[in-house]
Amino acid sequence: MSTAIQPKKNITARIVQDKIYSLLQQSKRLDGRGLYDMRSITITTNLIEKADGSALVTLGGTKILAGIKTEIGAPYLDRPDEGSFTINAELLPLASISFEPGPPDERGVELARVVDRSIRESKVLDLKKLCLIEGEKAYILFIDIYVLDYDGNYYDPSLIAALAAIATARIPEYKVVDGKIQKTGAYFTPKLQSLPFTVTFGLIKDKLIVDPHLEEESVLDVSIIIGVDEKDNIVSIQKNSPGLIPEHLLTKMIEIAIEKAREIRKIFCEKLNISLD
Amino acid sequence: MKSNEVKLIREDGRRLDGRAFDELRPLKIEVGVLEKCDGSAYVELGKTKVYAAVFGPREVHPKHLALADRAILNCRYHMASFSVDERKPLGMTRREIELSKVIREALESVVFLEEFPRTCIDVYIEVIQADGGTRTAGITAGSLALAEAGIPMIDLVAGVAVGKINGHLVLDISDIEDKYGEADMPVAMAPRLNSIVLLQLNGRLTGEEFKNALELAKKGIMEIYQQQREALRRKYSGISAEEV
Repeated sequence: MSTAIQPKKNITARIVQDKIYSLLQQSKRLDGRGLYDMRSITITTNLIEKADGSALVTLGGTKILAGIKTEIGAPYLDRPDEGSFTINAELLPLASISFEPGPPDERGVELARVVDRSIRESKVLDLKKLCLIEGEKAYILFIDIYVLDYDGNYYDPSLIAALAAIATARIPEYKVVDGKIQKTGAYFTPKLQSLPFTVTFGLIKDKLIVDPHLEEESVLDVSIIIGVDEKDNIVSIQKNSPGLIPEHLLTKMIEIAIEKAREIRKIFCEKLNISLD
Repeated sequence: MKSNEVKLIREDGRRLDGRAFDELRPLKIEVGVLEKCDGSAYVELGKTKVYAAVFGPREVHPKHLALADRAILNCRYHMASFSVDERKPLGMTRREIELSKVIREALESVVFLEEFPRTCIDVYIEVIQADGGTRTAGITAGSLALAEAGIPMIDLVAGVAVGKINGHLVLDISDIEDKYGEADMPVAMAPRLNSIVLLQLNGRLTGEEFKNALELAKKGIMEIYQQQREALRRKYSGISAEEV
């Protein structure tokens, strides 16, 4: 059963909220950012030699590690000519006092499903190219995400990490010989067909902020994640907290999300030296 | 994967089940359908059939989970194994875990939890048949069950899923429209406050389409909201709709 895990606003939280809100009224934030500024992003790829692809992404103080392992398996029955991918996410207990050991709780499940939705709906991977023998053999990508250090907003960097791991993956290549598959000894990198990025918003009273850090996150009235692809399509949305979002604010959020996703995409492409063509 | 290959719109410009783009499926709402709980409701939207029941406010178990300044709202969204085309495995799937969370958060947005410190309120949503829009039907039923249990709320919550099929935005998508359409966007609102309490999107929409989809959802939500109020009035007949 789903039970509220996030600590709720007590008196201390209300004092913190008042402090943060009074700063927001002067268009300032605790860490000196503007209301719609993201924290700085770093991306390190292929740091796990045993993984087929990996990336460590930091967004300010939040640190995410994503890794890929590939297996050969049967395609899904309803998609016999496609390979597949699964995304899993764990909020590791070493990342935060509020994370506990054990199987992923609802927050981990939600994180994985939001990242999955963004990648799937924008068709980042050409799954048909990941099929080896129709109905029999296909590549299955296991993309696992670990939150290593949690300073607020694990959504946006998790998607960046998953994409960076895919974009720089070296997956053992197989070929079909006489109806059987065998390793060629070479490696391939899946081509990215699309580059979606999510932007996390927080609302404190009437003030909208982008990429809330932990202290801001603890006093948000409501939070929502919006994913945008390179053609400025909205590809995923998840309101991920209780609270009311006044309808008129959504249009503004969409505009900001489009702009911020472009910024992240630019950083991503520059750091990884890739382009979508 | 969503694709354009399946024709979801007929030659006469109507949807496969004969509906117009902005038309809800037949909606049936009943309040107080189960005996032993504190509040319950049943919502039928076409072939989508959902029960909701509420227990509480009651004591929290284990006790250390209780909050000193407010009630805890628990929510379980669950589908019967036979409610879908392929039998759903018993137990909670990842999808059900996620939906339980977002439904809880949607309902939490309108309940005056601080009225009942150190207690919990449990909302159980059972989907007995799924044909698209189950989470939003669950929220519609859940908020009525809360109302019947006498839990104070700032507003009822009503929800509906809008989608995009063969390039057109449509209200209240069915399972087949979800499966073969281009986008599925469940929306729930507190209509009186003109505020969103649940919003998710699976699929691709342009900014302009998103705006129109939201308008379409709002239209459906207002119709559902009206019927929610009427269902409550039927249950407590003699009280006029304005007072509900």
